[in-house]
Amino acid sequence: MEIELRSIDREALAKLFAHWRDEGRRIVAPKQLGEKIDFAPVTGLDQVSLDQVQTVQSPKTAVFPRVEELFSYKSRDGQVEIRERDGTGVPRTVIFGLRPCDAAAFASLAAIFNWDSPDSLFSSRLANTVVVGLSCPRADEYCFCTSVGGGPGATAGSDILLTGTGNGTYLAEIVSEKGRQLVEGAGDLFGPALSKEKETFLARVDKAFDRDRIGPALAALFENTAFWAEQSLRCLGCGACAYVCPACACFDIQDEGDVSGKRLRCWDSCGFGLFTLHTSGHNPRPLQSQRWRQRLMHKFAYMPERQQVLGCVGCGRCSRACPVDMNILEHLRGVVEAKP
Amino acid sequence: MSAMDVFKPMLLKIDQVTDEAPDVKTLRLVFVDEQQGREFAFRTGQFGEYSVFGEGECTFCIASPPTRPGYIECTFRKAGRVTSALAGLEPGETIGFRGPYGNVFPIGDWEGKNLLFIAGGIALPPMRSVIWNVLDLRDRYREITIVYGARTVADLVYKRELAEWAGRPDVTLITTVDPGGETPDWKGEVGFVPAVLDKAAPASRDTIAVVCGPPVMIKFTFPVLARLGFAPENIFTTLENRMKCGVGKCGRCNVGKHFVCKDGPVFTFAQLREMPQEY
Repeated sequence: MEIELRSIDREALAKLFAHWRDEGRRIVAPKQLGEKIDFAPVTGLDQVSLDQVQTVQSPKTAVFPRVEELFSYKSRDGQVEIRERDGTGVPRTVIFGLRPCDAAAFASLAAIFNWDSPDSLFSSRLANTVVVGLSCPRADEYCFCTSVGGGPGATAGSDILLTGTGNGTYLAEIVSEKGRQLVEGAGDLFGPALSKEKETFLARVDKAFDRDRIGPALAALFENTAFWAEQSLRCLGCGACAYVCPACACFDIQDEGDVSGKRLRCWDSCGFGLFTLHTSGHNPRPLQSQRWRQRLMHKFAYMPERQQVLGCVGCGRCSRACPVDMNILEHLRGVVEAKP
Repeated sequence: MSAMDVFKPMLLKIDQVTDEAPDVKTLRLVFVDEQQGREFAFRTGQFGEYSVFGEGECTFCIASPPTRPGYIECTFRKAGRVTSALAGLEPGETIGFRGPYGNVFPIGDWEGKNLLFIAGGIALPPMRSVIWNVLDLRDRYREITIVYGARTVADLVYKRELAEWAGRPDVTLITTVDPGGETPDWKGEVGFVPAVLDKAAPASRDTIAVVCGPPVMIKFTFPVLARLGFAPENIFTTLENRMKCGVGKCGRCNVGKHFVCKDGPVFTFAQLREMPQEY
């Protein structure tokens, strides 16, 4: 659908929260939690933290929980009974106040989960989630959305995108049918479109590299072991980058229980040595440098080729979270500038 | 549509347990739901995720041929948590199965050709499915040669079937064990598979080679086959990377941009030459 331009002020936005709550929706938004700001359930706009550049964790938990039950089972006398997850139990959720980079990451996740066969648990969560993005008035040195096809006011992935104008009023772009349905019955809370230039309220994020050059540059560097050894010299293999990434979706499957229990899907990371370890002891990616190469190749070479989408949205979380200050932006610049 | 269809296993009942070698067993499995069993179809080369509830899942090929419907078999070595649990199960007990997954050996394209099977150790099971499949359609293929080696005589799997193949006039079977692995009454070859293959020197003309074995065996077998004149596109193998989901999502079995679970497990040597060494 064509984007519908409206406006909304803070007071009306607070009422919109009440309206969503009355509709039985769960609202997840950035919230101050001790020393950090992270996505958490909120009941009112006053609980939402709006001024941070970025949260520590991404909002992907709403569609891809850290640990989720695939099914439960009961076994007795050699018989097994499987109880499926009830898909209707997936809560209707509004994710509010996420940045355009995070909104764009849902397309990367959907590509991974659904590219070949549908992952219905993920899909039912995504279908029950409405995304209300908030444009970025500020960026920091870790942000690089514009280098990977996004932008501080990009609408991709948002059902509604709000852009603050600095005086308690927001430009509201109703981007999708889902967004239109979300404001249905609350249309009087929205004002008319404003004659204000959205761009004037957006952070400036300079393009650091040409994304079309990354894939071919990576392919040319694949066998350059010295390059990858240097790139990953500091990497501890802790997996923090994957856990905070809004587009990382690698997972493990584990059972919990005995004669009765459940099968769980849990987050995993290609940075871990155990990730690819065979039972025999053989490991196709035994070195941290190979695992770091896999991380970049997967996001910037394999996914664009196999799923026609990048596995990175430039949110910069991995660089902020890295305990040894690896900055993915510097590493990607290094890839583009390297001689194979 | 249910909420978790791709990860929900079908239930299989253990019909028969066969001890093949130390710590190696074959399970014959039948579908608990008879209609599910009738509708189940697979092709040779495909694999599945077998589960012991409470322990988890593990990945093996289907070791029986699709020409023998009504059951599937898997052969595995007791090595980790799930295979140890599987090895402890008795006939009548229930396990989970997801599949069939992955691509297939293109045996239709091989009709009218000679077939050379080369296997090492516990890698005979994926090949056993193909061997029985083509033996069950014997008139469609010309000469069938099997070269199989293991560390010791005890480690050879499918001993009764090896005896059966050895006794068939329409199969040439060469078995070998690693030096030191022979017993006093061992009648087969002594030596590593690539060397035994080199000595046997089967003709490459109109011949498809299928190679399954540990990475080191594969590594030294390819050059021998090349010397014998096999074109890379006529050499097939299966890759065995670690998997969890089996359906291209969990992120660990890839070799470069290829998912072993979706694009494989069957690859030709021509394909492998273009792929990075991540297996």
